[in-house]
Amino acid sequence: MFEIFGIPAAALFGQLLLGLINGSFYALLSLGLAVIFGLLNIINFAHGAQYMMGAFVAWMLLSYLGINYWWALILVPLIVGAFGIVIERRMISRLYQLDHLYGLLLTFGLALIIQGLFRNQYGVSGLPYSIPPQLQGGTNLGFMFLPNYRGWVVFASLVVCFGTWFLIEKTRLGAYLRAATENPAMVGAFGINVPRLITLTYGFGVGLAALAGVLAAPIYSVNPNMGADLIIVVFAVVVIGGMGSIMGAILTGFGLGIIEGLTRVFYPEASAVVIFVIMAIVLMVKPTGLFGRAT
Amino acid sequence: MSDHTMTGRPAAQRATRPLAIPPLHLAIFAGLLAFFAVAPFFLYPVFLMKVMCFVLFACAFNLLLGYGGLLSFGHAAFFGSASYVSAHAAKVWGLSPELCVLMGSGTAALLGLVIGSLAIRRQGIYFAMVTLAFAQMVYFISLQAPFTGGEDGIQAVPRNRLFGIINLSSDMALYGFVFVIVFAGLFLIYRVIHSPFGQVLKAIRENEARSVSLGYQVNRYKLAVFVISATLAGTAGATKALVFQLASLTDVHWAMSGEVVLMALLGGMHTVFGPIVGAAIIVTMQTISPASAPGLQCCRA
Repeated sequence: MFEIFGIPAAALFGQLLLGLINGSFYALLSLGLAVIFGLLNIINFAHGAQYMMGAFVAWMLLSYLGINYWWALILVPLIVGAFGIVIERRMISRLYQLDHLYGLLLTFGLALIIQGLFRNQYGVSGLPYSIPPQLQGGTNLGFMFLPNYRGWVVFASLVVCFGTWFLIEKTRLGAYLRAATENPAMVGAFGINVPRLITLTYGFGVGLAALAGVLAAPIYSVNPNMGADLIIVVFAVVVIGGMGSIMGAILTGFGLGIIEGLTRVFYPEASAVVIFVIMAIVLMVKPTGLFGRAT
Repeated sequence: MSDHTMTGRPAAQRATRPLAIPPLHLAIFAGLLAFFAVAPFFLYPVFLMKVMCFVLFACAFNLLLGYGGLLSFGHAAFFGSASYVSAHAAKVWGLSPELCVLMGSGTAALLGLVIGSLAIRRQGIYFAMVTLAFAQMVYFISLQAPFTGGEDGIQAVPRNRLFGIINLSSDMALYGFVFVIVFAGLFLIYRVIHSPFGQVLKAIRENEARSVSLGYQVNRYKLAVFVISATLAGTAGATKALVFQLASLTDVHWAMSGEVVLMALLGGMHTVFGPIVGAAIIVTMQTISPASAPGLQCCRA
């Protein structure tokens, strides 16, 4: 076995892969946050709870209805996204006239309620969700052993991230969306139904979180607190990247995941705080974030 | 210094001294003092001390949110770090309680200065996210630092002797100590809110751009109120550590930050006395029915 900088290559690549996986989730979640923030001007604190719901709904579909992983990948984002749409219509839409902080507080309350309900029902010990049979086992790449499912998570999230980027930056629907982000009143005057666009955007962002939840279910145990700690790191990712651009959210997410993985190899004690340290540095050097625009 | 009356008060009110304590507030203060002076003879003193600690915490937080207009989602960092320092000072260094509380508050003030000076570079929701992220950083440091005891926390903290003389090991003696600290803190917050400084804060909250154009160094005011709020949150945490003889990860967890947000909102965030009610309601609910309080059992699985 060869070594790089005195670290066994297998350990290095193993942590790098772990970093990439974490980065996939950071990217998927910060992407959803950025899309929602762009149009609704609220920070969706319930994003972590909706990610957790995604994992739970996938588990429920499998345990109660026998619906497998592949169907869950399609159905869960639709189900949780629909839940998000109801929330947006019934609650969040009443807050657009108020200060942004109220949206944050409302979604924070929603997150507590959702997590509390799941905790009362399923406890905190975590439920197992097995890897689908097609993706069990692993591949020997020569320099490291790659578990197939982890490879799939990285691949799938890359596809979803760039699909979202394409949808927003290159299609007509995306053009409406970007226009509505810049100037909702003007876009409405052109005859586009902005409130519906907003509702669908929220549903889409929530759906992305749920999709991340389904992808995460076989890796981490499905438990009610799985989103709560993750969402705080994602907030730091969002502050570092700035919410100005879709590509920025994707690159920052993956990049910070990799940095975190590397820290775990070279200086494990700091791996939990490295993202927050980077956030402090970015705040000192460029307060609007790496890809952010001055507001 | 005549421009601090520019916050849109009615002329009639402005004619009297705008910063004097109105009789209603005096009455409320007197009522609170009387209640908490008599209550330990009827209710469990440790419960009342918990209520008082959280009252101070909620009011300190509300000074920042309700009057500075800054929503911090990371106040557990100050509460918790002060709690650890106070517990460590009492247990390992054997310091007297007033020094423990002072050291805890001082730690929170320093931490508030560092986090505050970074966080005020962003506004609104970014400010909330930045404070939350820094608090999570403090949480991870508390989890790993050698003196915090990791998952166990610092247990069996001695109460020691006040000024090296008065024994605080009985609940009633400690109650007096907590009573004095909390009401001194509340009175300080009240004076800050109704000082010229507090008037400028309200102006910044209502219209930051205009305050800048009036020549106020907005960031200095924001940082000052952040540090005051952090310090008093630390005082609450340091006192709490002595009451429960315990400092643990619960004190630094983000759920604690969320809880204090709930207390301030439940009571009414632009009011002086609202958070007192909010804190009392939430602590009482937690005591009566732990399942109904969402925050406290958010411990990591």
